[in-house]
Amino acid sequence: MNVVVCVKQIPDPAAPASLDPGTKTLDRSGKLILDDSDSYGVEMALQLASGEGDEVTLVSMAPNGETSGLRTALAMGAARAILVSDEALAGSDALGTAKVLAAAIQRAQADLVLTATESTDGYTGTTPVQVAELLGWPSVTFAKKVTIDGSTVKVERQTEAGYDDVESPLPAVVTVTAGVVEPRYPSFKGIMAAKSKPVDNVTVADLGIDASQVGAAGARQVITEVTPAEARGGGEIVVDDGDGASRIADFLEQLKVV
Amino acid sequence: MAIDKIWVLAEERESGPTPITLELLTEARTVATTVEAVAWGTNTAALAATLGEYGATTVYDVGDVQGALPGVPVAGAVAALIAGGNVPDAILVPATYDGRDFAGRLSVKLDRPVLTNVTGLVAGDSLSSQHPVFGGSHIVTAQFTGPGPGIFVIRAKSFAAEPAGGSPAQVVAAPAPAAGSASGARILQKHEEARTGPKLDEASVVVSGGRGLGGAEHYSLIEELAGLLHGAAGASRAIVDAGWVPYSHQVGQTGKTVKPTVYLACGISGATQHLVGMKGSKNIVAVNKDQDAPIFSVADLGIVGDVHKVLPALIEELKARS
Ligand SMILES: Cc1cc2nc3c(=O)[nH]c(=O)nc-3n(C[C@H](O)[C@H](O)[C@H](O)COP(=O)(O)OP(=O)(O)OC[C@H]3O[C@@H](n4cnc5c(N)ncnc54)[C@H](O)[C@@H]3O)c2cc1C
Ligand SMILES: Nc1ncnc2c1ncn2[C@@H]1O[C@H](COP(=O)(O)O)[C@@H](O)[C@H]1O
Repeated sequence: MNVVVCVKQIPDPAAPASLDPGTKTLDRSGKLILDDSDSYGVEMALQLASGEGDEVTLVSMAPNGETSGLRTALAMGAARAILVSDEALAGSDALGTAKVLAAAIQRAQADLVLTATESTDGYTGTTPVQVAELLGWPSVTFAKKVTIDGSTVKVERQTEAGYDDVESPLPAVVTVTAGVVEPRYPSFKGIMAAKSKPVDNVTVADLGIDASQVGAAGARQVITEVTPAEARGGGEIVVDDGDGASRIADFLEQLKVV
Repeated sequence: MAIDKIWVLAEERESGPTPITLELLTEARTVATTVEAVAWGTNTAALAATLGEYGATTVYDVGDVQGALPGVPVAGAVAALIAGGNVPDAILVPATYDGRDFAGRLSVKLDRPVLTNVTGLVAGDSLSSQHPVFGGSHIVTAQFTGPGPGIFVIRAKSFAAEPAGGSPAQVVAAPAPAAGSASGARILQKHEEARTGPKLDEASVVVSGGRGLGGAEHYSLIEELAGLLHGAAGASRAIVDAGWVPYSHQVGQTGKTVKPTVYLACGISGATQHLVGMKGSKNIVAVNKDQDAPIFSVADLGIVGDVHKVLPALIEELKARS
């Protein structure tokens, strides 16, 4: 079984984020790392594709030939990666990204595609379903448990009130939530091995995509304005000296909720 | 060019439209001349009265999706309406599991992008949407370019729902075309968690716990407090991922949006993804032992202290005062 995991390489979320003053989109010019949200998909894939002849392939679209996030996922145990990096892709919207990912996935002959439910930096959460629709595949989003039974994927899918047991034929796209599995830490051996694992660098032209369909040229949404939101502030912060509880109780009484 | 027609994806819960459906219909009414709804299931005729009361003149009924995940058939039905020349200016979609599936599918069928995490709409020549970024410290305004309907995925509680007293919406059948291999995902069984007290997204008091509680066994403090305040118990994602509480308790970007009269955050740091789900609360109380925790930047009352001291004392205090 070939499992493809879409992994996004993003600016370190711990570093303060900034917007590009021109396009007002997130500044992605610095060093990128593996989106933590995708480490769950990588781990899930490694667990599902652990049999003889099974393989995990990573697919990522990122600027400047970035591979550091891919190396992290390769060090966890993925076998290979397809990296789509092309200047024509700067400024892509989620649909443009989905077109690129779908074309890259087709090169990998996937039986199952795993992604996160949403990325940490973009959090549109629509890319994976767009990928599925472009491929003409079913999708099951918000999986909190995934098992494979022959040519069927079985998923416990989160709902507002609990979860649903969902079944889908393969090939399919499944989005996994954080907490679905505990991602492994790359071992020293894994890190060394990752350095020589194949990363297939492809361009938009290699994928047979018309450059006017993707990137800023193909994006059909613009940011017109960024303004500071109304600040809340003005709160009272007190150090608990044994009276913290009664302060809260007074406050609640004043609001008439007790 | 004014905004003529808006469609709202209507979802059902407990044999009525969901609160967010009514919020979106209300907002659609204020920006467009005509508001119509799209619904699926076996109960659309019964929903039509409430949908009409909130402003929908027509409801397109996709009908029974026979256990399929609704994204594929409902997007197929909507795309077929549009291909037939019935084209709205915008489609408003609730930011729910099925809503997001629908939006992704429709986006590809129409070859139009999607704007997600919307919390406000601005009507001008065309429709703009507002999106909180950096945990809600800034608002981005965005717009679609090019022809075709805009697909907006909107967060719960972005608008207040108000009836307009309209008559029942007219039900028009809009069957889903065959979707081939894309339509294979089926729901075999639904599991609902038992709940006591008010729903998390409807409660007027929400008491939430985070990793600062120190362990799953201490979540009972949160539940007991919520019970005493006739409120609901919520959680940060950290403790949902850790398996302390079920996902239905999660507040935040990927969880529920809450706007109670009082939100009490206990042992929660206040990460941006948590803040977007609760920052709209009328009053926020936070208990955290770290005085630099970001949650204090949105708190009306912040107690720098240990949850294991403050919460048991608060429980005793509330019992004594009642
Ligand atoms: C794409 C994405 C989506 C996300 N969606 C959500 C979401 O919907 N909801 C959500 O909540 N998070 C979400 N997160 C996760 C978020 O980034 C944080 O990791 C999470 O909110 C942290 O939870 P926490 O505050 O419980 O834990 P921590 O950040 O670990 O904070 C624990 C806090 O407890 C305090 N503390 C420790 N001991 C005590 C004590 N004895 N007494 C008092 N205080 C104490 C500490 O000072 C600390 O501030 C998302 C993340 C991503 C990347
Ligand atoms: N540029 C990308 N490269 C690889 N995977 C991506 C990319 N963008 C999105 N994805 C995948 O799609 C998921 C949802 O992304 P988003 O739509 O940005 O919330 C991510 O968590 C990834 O798994």
